[in-house]
Amino acid sequence: MTYTGAAAIAVATAIALDVYVLRTRLVLGIVFWATYPIVLVFQLLSNGVLTGRGVVRYDADRILGLRIAYAPVEDLLYGFALVLITLSLWVRLGRREPPK
Amino acid sequence: MRQLTYLAVLAGCLVCALWLEPVLRVGVLRQVRRLALAVLPVAAVFIVWDLAAVHWRWWSFDSAQILGVRLSALPIEEILFFLVVPVCAILGFEAVRKMLRR
Repeated sequence: MTYTGAAAIAVATAIALDVYVLRTRLVLGIVFWATYPIVLVFQLLSNGVLTGRGVVRYDADRILGLRIAYAPVEDLLYGFALVLITLSLWVRLGRREPPK
Repeated sequence: MRQLTYLAVLAGCLVCALWLEPVLRVGVLRQVRRLALAVLPVAAVFIVWDLAAVHWRWWSFDSAQILGVRLSALPIEEILFFLVVPVCAILGFEAVRKMLRR
């Protein structure tokens, strides 16, 4: 298993959870896609510092080697999954209890 | 000072997102239970993955740029990352939703 494979599985899982399990369907809506570019900018900035400065270092055999702003592309997939799953849970939880 | 690098990145994210709460009144931080239920389980899963990744040597951390406090094999900053990033994402999401009036 490589980081690449695991990150791809994470993205697939996140989308499946969003669309089929939690049924929040955020990836089918405009709010998520309007939010995600903002998240991405901050991720590229943060990741840029963390990987560019070598705070986090990757085993070259476990990643594709393709990088954006110093960060392995796998990090972007991983971040997408983290954010989507969290937002999906957040929205789903909001449907059960009205905001206080 | 270099030891604060990772922490500074997290602080930067918070600074860029926390203002949304009082200024746009997105009402995220007062929904403590909802926030906890959305963030903590996901953080738990990603922390387990992170522990595995570190164990399998997919990635490692430069001890000169972290505080040096570890929880198991993970720097505390990495744990905080899984709390800070999702909270910022939720704040951003709710802000966008409010702006789009959806």
